[in-house]
Parts: sequence; structure tokens; C-alpha cells
Amino acid sequence: MDWTALSVSLRLALMTCLLLIPVGLWLGRTLARARFRGKSLCEALVALPLVMPPTVLGFYLMMSFGRDAPFGAFWHSLTGEGLNFTFSGILLASLVASLPFAVQPIQRAFEAIPANLSEAAWCSGLSPWQTFLRIELPLVWPGVISALALTFAHTLGEFGVILMVGGAIDGETRTLSIAIYDRVQAFDETGAGIMSAMLLLVSFLTIGVVYGLAGRRRWRYA
Amino acid sequence: MPDWPGRSPASPGAGRLTVSLHQPGPIPLAADFCCEPGELLALVGPSGSGKTTLLRAIAGLYRPAEGRIDCGGETWLDTAHGVVRRPQARRVGVVFQDYALFPHLSARDNVKLALGHLEPGGRSACADDWLGRMRLEGLSDRYPSQLSGGQRQRVALARALAREPRALLLDEPFSAVDQVTRRRLQRELALLREQIHIPILLVTHDLDEAVALADRICVLHGGRTLQADVPERLFRHPASAEVARLLDRHNIFEGRVVKVEGERRLQWGPWFLQVAHGLESLSPRQRVAWYLPDSDVVLHRRDRPSRGERENPVTGRIGELVVLGGMTSLTLVFDHGPETLRFDIATHAARRNGLARGEWVQVSLLAAGIHLLPQTQRD
Repeated sequence: MDWTALSVSLRLALMTCLLLIPVGLWLGRTLARARFRGKSLCEALVALPLVMPPTVLGFYLMMSFGRDAPFGAFWHSLTGEGLNFTFSGILLASLVASLPFAVQPIQRAFEAIPANLSEAAWCSGLSPWQTFLRIELPLVWPGVISALALTFAHTLGEFGVILMVGGAIDGETRTLSIAIYDRVQAFDETGAGIMSAMLLLVSFLTIGVVYGLAGRRRWRYA
Repeated sequence: MPDWPGRSPASPGAGRLTVSLHQPGPIPLAADFCCEPGELLALVGPSGSGKTTLLRAIAGLYRPAEGRIDCGGETWLDTAHGVVRRPQARRVGVVFQDYALFPHLSARDNVKLALGHLEPGGRSACADDWLGRMRLEGLSDRYPSQLSGGQRQRVALARALAREPRALLLDEPFSAVDQVTRRRLQRELALLREQIHIPILLVTHDLDEAVALADRICVLHGGRTLQADVPERLFRHPASAEVARLLDRHNIFEGRVVKVEGERRLQWGPWFLQVAHGLESLSPRQRVAWYLPDSDVVLHRRDRPSRGERENPVTGRIGELVVLGGMTSLTLVFDHGPETLRFDIATHAARRNGLARGEWVQVSLLAAGIHLLPQTQRD
């Protein structure tokens, strides 16, 4: 059992969730509420990682993370480090690859809230922030939980993008999925089997806990 | 314990709500009206007449291009001077059409949310008190989905009033409940009105509801306020043919001013009608639109034919006879033109007179009821 790989995987999944949920809340709410030109294009861009082959997405990310690419150069000037083959690199890649999993459930949840609930809150004296925290957030909570579950599970299982961007550096970019692949390549089926069972267990527990939490809160808009 | 909003006596006009909103589009508005404290003003008009937009503008949820809204001595909107108060700063109670209760909060917490002006410690008791006043004792812990339509409406009303608003806005509050509940809620609103002395605006497309509840009715069409008056005057003296039609009035005709034996009369077909008011200011030969409330049409008994000495006798043929329970609606057609006269009589009276389609009948058009309409385009 490659505990280091499991630790990289969990760290990656947790940090992706932590960083993506605020983005998902903001983007999901904006896409659900705002009317602006180019909204469909934005939605298509958010959904793109869903339909792109992971290796293709990974390839483009790897290219843009290079120091001679504008984004890679910008990152280097900011941090003094490169992105390819680093944990930061696979984290950024995970953020992009999991974006639709974080945004879409939250967007659907916001879309389900009748617009006049927020208006009723304003007319009751609540500021826009109070309205968000006390009315909107509790109502989209099941969507947030779904987003967390999907993002976490998807990041744990991500293979193609991580391999393209991060390679398999032990303790840095070698996630459990990649470690399983390495074990299979080395004909160590027992090792691969144990790690697969571990990944299956972690994924199942995550989804189970999260859906258990979400299932208790389904509001009927009366 | 909260006080009923605006209960303390104020100087006349101090709590008045005055609204003047104008914009060419995208939703055209040309609305001017006011509502006194304690008064219930119904905004009526067909769908798309701008009723809800006006209400939203007053609440601060819609920003019109030009206008001014004053309430209780405060200016909520004054586009000329760049004053635009946010909804939170307007202290307005709004009951939305579908009540817009927060589904994740109990009835108590729904009301509590509007009590931000009180100390946190006293909010729960105050919320329960408001729910008690709305006869919702014991239901404080229920969620909106566990309440009936009528109970939800009362929670929404409690939440709107809990803020101690300076004006209460009701957006078709009775449209989402069944007929029996509606009547009960309307009765409760009528009773509640005796206790709150703030302007109340009721948006409705139901004329009967407006007549039953409102002190005055304001007729809207295409965002324009056409006429605001007490129901009785509005229905007897609509300002224009358009208003009469919007109020579902029939009996709008066109006649001509003539002089008969030195006296001005209204010529309509072969008849020269006496009119109690308004003819003296018109010149002979002038064409004029006129309206007659159906309450001012009197059917002559067929077994006692008049010899023409009665007031404005007119003879027509029954074109349509519709029995609607205790009342029968009659439509008379005339030889002189396509215009028809519609009025209701008691069904037993229709039977006693042996009325049937195609029969000739004589009616009196009461001179005091004939209302001359200002020159307007007939649409």
C-alpha cells in the first residue's frame, strides 16, 4: 500500500474542494442569476472539461504551464517556480478539470430558488450579504454538498490530466490512481488491488457521507 | 410587545404614500396616485397593465427611469435629485403573490427575520406575538410546506407587518387560495384594516375583490393610471370609455346632442333621451359617447304597458337571455344599429314577465344614470 500516494491524493482532493467551492458559489450564482451577453459561452467553457478527453485537457494545461507560455511565465515571475511536475501544477490542473463538477450542481440549486425569495428578504430588511448567508446559502446547501462530493471523488480518480501535468514524482505528484497504474505496469496485481480497494472505499465513504448530509435537506418551495 | 404600525395619531397627510412614476419603456409607466394612511387603494387592470411593476417600484425592487415616491414623510425615490433608497431602507411590508416564504425556516423564523430592528433577545416572543395576532398560535414551529395556503398567507402578512412598515403592499394576495379560503382571508384583511393606519396598496385583477375591500380603486392600463375614485363613483362615472370597458362595463353608446322644444336632449337611434347632468355644456349636433350603469335600466312590466309617459322609454328585442342562478342577464338589440343594451334582472322577474329570446320589451333609461363620457378615442 502506497501511503504517500494516498496522502497526495487526499491532499489534492481536499485542497481542490476547498478552493473550488467558493469559486463554484460565485460562478454558479452568477450564471444562475445574471443576464449578460456571452452567458452561453461562459457556461460552455465551464462545461468543457466534462467533454474533453483528460489527456487532451492535460496536454493543453501542460503546454500552458511551460515557462515559455504566457501563463507559465506569469506563474514563474510570481512564485519563482514552475508548474509542470509540481504539486501546485496538479492542483491547478485539478481545479480546471473539476470546475464543472463544482459549478453545475450549485448553479442548478441557485436556479431552483424563486427570485422573489431574495426580494422578500430585502423587503424584510436583510442586506444582500445577510440574504446570501441566511436565505440563499441554506437553500443551495444540497447543491454545495453535491458539488463537494463530485469534486472530491473526481479529483481522487483523476488520472489522465494529472499524469500529463505532473508525471509520477513520489510524494509530489504521484496520486493513488497513478500508483495503481504503476503497480499494474510492474505486474504487482496484489498491490494494485489493495490500492484500488482503498480508493473504492474512500470514494464510497465520501459519497455516502455527503449524500447522507444532503438527503436530509430538501426544501419544497411552498 | 410590538405596536401596530403607525397606530399613533399623525398630522393629516403625514403618513401618506404618494407615487409618481414615468418612463417610456421597456415597461411604459405613467402613474400618479396617492394613498392615505389607513386607506386601502386597489390597483386594478388587466394582465400586463403594470400593476405589479408599480408595486415593485414602490418596494424598491424595480427602478423606473423617472419619478418620485414619498411615504410617511420620507422620500424613497426622487430621480430628479438622485435619491434612490434600497428596499432595506424603505420600511415597506410586501406580501408577494406566492407569499415568498423562506422554505427552510419555520413560521416563527420567517417572521423573526423581519424583526432586525428589535433586540435579538426579544425577537422570538415578538414573532410569536405576530403569529398569534394572525391566529396562527401553535403553528410557529411549522415549516411553510406544512401549512395550508391560507396559513401561509397569514404568515406572509405577519412577516410584512412585523417590520412595522410605513406602507403595506399586497400583490394579488388571494390568487393562490381556493374560493372559500379567499373569502375568509378577505374578511380577515377587512378586520385587520381597522387596526393598521398605514397606506395599503392591493394589486388585483379581481374587480369584485377590489370593490369589496378597497376604499378607492385606481384603474391602470398600459402602465397609465386612468382614474382613481371610490368604487361607487368609479362605476357610475367612469372617466372614459376605456375605463368603463376596463371595469367590465357594457352599455357604452354613442349619441348626438339635439335641441327638442328648446331643451337639450341626447339623440340615440329614434329616441331623444333626457339627461340629468352634462348636456348643457355641449353644443347641438355634437357627437358624444355615453354610458349607463345597468342598475339604471328599469324593465317595464309587460302586463302594464306604458303609454310613453315614463322616463326615457326605449323598446328593444331580447337578443340574449342568460340565467345565472338568481339573476338573469338580458341583452337587448335594436333596429337602429348594432349597439346592445345589457342589464340584469332577478330570474323570478324574468319568468313572471314571460321573457324569452326574440320578445320585444320596453325599458326606461334613467336620466340620472346617463353619464356622458369625455371625448376619447373609442378603442
